[in-house]
Amino acid sequence: MAEQVGYSQKVMEHFMNPHNVGVIENPDGYGKVGNPVCGDIMEIFIKVKDDVIEDIKFRTFGCGSAIATSSMVTDMARGKTLDEAMKITRDDVATELEGLPPRKMHCSNLAADALHSAIEDYRSKQKKE
Amino acid sequence: MEQRIYLDHAAAMPVHPGVARFCRQFPEGFAGNPSTLYQEGLEAQEAIFRAREKVAALIGANAPDSIIFTSGATESNNIAIRGTALRNQRAGKAVVLSAIEHISVLNPAKDLQKSGFVLTLVPVDRYGTIDLDALGAVTPETVVTSVHYANNEIGTIEPIREVAEIVHDRGGLLHVDATDAAGRIPIDVERDGIDLLTLSGNQLGGPDGVGALYIRPGVRVQPVLVGGGQERGLRPGTENVFGIACMGEAARLAGEEMPEESRRLRAIRDRLIAGITEIEEAYLTGHPTERLPHHASFRFSRIEGESIQLAMNMLGIAVATGSACTSRTLEASHVLLAIGLAHDEAHGSMIATLGRGNNVDQVPRIVEATRETVKRLRAITPL
Repeated sequence: MAEQVGYSQKVMEHFMNPHNVGVIENPDGYGKVGNPVCGDIMEIFIKVKDDVIEDIKFRTFGCGSAIATSSMVTDMARGKTLDEAMKITRDDVATELEGLPPRKMHCSNLAADALHSAIEDYRSKQKKE
Repeated sequence: MEQRIYLDHAAAMPVHPGVARFCRQFPEGFAGNPSTLYQEGLEAQEAIFRAREKVAALIGANAPDSIIFTSGATESNNIAIRGTALRNQRAGKAVVLSAIEHISVLNPAKDLQKSGFVLTLVPVDRYGTIDLDALGAVTPETVVTSVHYANNEIGTIEPIREVAEIVHDRGGLLHVDATDAAGRIPIDVERDGIDLLTLSGNQLGGPDGVGALYIRPGVRVQPVLVGGGQERGLRPGTENVFGIACMGEAARLAGEEMPEESRRLRAIRDRLIAGITEIEEAYLTGHPTERLPHHASFRFSRIEGESIQLAMNMLGIAVATGSACTSRTLEASHVLLAIGLAHDEAHGSMIATLGRGNNVDQVPRIVEATRETVKRLRAITPL
C-alpha cells in the first residue's frame, strides 16, 4: 500500500466539524489525559443512565488527529454500555477514522484513554455511594 | 473557489519567473562536464564561473573563488561546522552557537561532541536577539562560532557585526547561516566580518537542490564528503551545472530587486502584524522592528499550531507553524522555548513568510481567516 499523504478525508471531516464538543454540567464521569509538553490535552464528560452512556462531550487542545479522535470516540461511545465502551481501543478509533499517520498513532491518539478514564471516574464514584 | 494564498516562502519558494526564463536558455541537449577541456565542458565551466560571480556579488565577496556550490543550505552548514571544526582542532576543541540556530547547524555541532568537542549554546532574549555578553563563552579554544543572520521561525535579525567583532577579538572564526536573510536584506561579508556564510538557492528564488558556502580566503576547512577534487575538494562530485547556473541568476535578480521588493513586502508584513495582533490573545513572536521584511510570526494562547495550519488550509491559506505536532521529532520548537515561552505557549504558533505572489489586498482575507480559525479552535479547547 502506498504511504498515505496527510490526513484521511474522515479525519478532516471530524476536524472541521467535530461532533459532541462542549461540557456537561455535573457529569457522572470526567476524564482528562495528556499534557502541555506533548501538546495534546483532552477531556471527556459523560452522563450515564442504566449503565449506558446517554450523553458525552469533549474538549481538546491539540493537533488535527487529537481533535478528530476525540470527536470520533464520542460518536462511538454514545449509546453503548460502559462495558462495551471500555472495550473501544485506540486502534478502533484510528480504524474508524480510516487510519492515522504512523507518528500520530501514539501521541495524538489518546481519546480512548480519556473515555476510559471518564468511565473509571464514574465507577469509582458509584462505589463510594 | 477563492484563489489560494501561499504564505510559506521560508519553507519553499516558487522559482522566480526571471530565473525560469534564464534556465530555459540552456538547450535541451546541454551537457558538459566542467572538468573537461572540450567545448561542452568549457561552456559548463563558464556557466559555473558566471554563477560564482553573481553569488559573490550578492554578498559583497571580493573573490568569486571564495564561493563553493553545494546541494543546499544543510550541506553548507555541515561543511561550515564540521569541516571548520575538524580542520582547526589543533587550535582548540570548542564550538559556540546561538541557541536558536537551524537544526542543520545544531545537529552537526552536537555530533562533534562525540569527537570530544565542547558545545556551548548562547542564550537569546525574548525577541530572539543574541545575548552579546554571553558571547564571552567564545574563548581562544573556540574554533568556530555560528550565529545566523536571521531566524526562520521568528524573523529576528541578529547584530552580526557586533558578534563578528567579539568573535574576532578572541581569535575565532564566525560562520553565519544567511539562508533566510540573503536576498531580503543587504549582506556584505567584508563589512559584516563574516568568515563563512551559508546560502540556499531556493530561498533566493532559484531551484531546490543547490546552495552555496562562502569561505573567506585563507580560512581552512576540510571536506565532509570525499571524492574528486571539485569545488576546491570541498564538494566532490560532478557539479550540478544547471542548478548552479540558475542559482547564480537567482542571486543576481534577488540583489537587483531587493530594495523595491523588500519595501513592498515590509508594507504587507506590517499590515498583517497590525491586523492579526488585534485578535484576542494573539502575540507577535520575534523582534518588532529588527525583523526580516517578509516575515510575520505569531502565537495564540490556548490553541495548537498544527490545527491552525489545517484549518487555515481549508480556508485556502498556506501557513507554517513551529508546532511540535508538525515536526518529525514531535518536540516543541527549540526557538520558541529559547525565547522564554512555556510549552503550551510554544505549541500555538503561526508563521507567515511573504513572497512575490502576495499583495496588500490579501491582508484582510488572511486576517479574517486567522480570526475565524482562532475562534473555531478556542471553542474546542479545554485550556
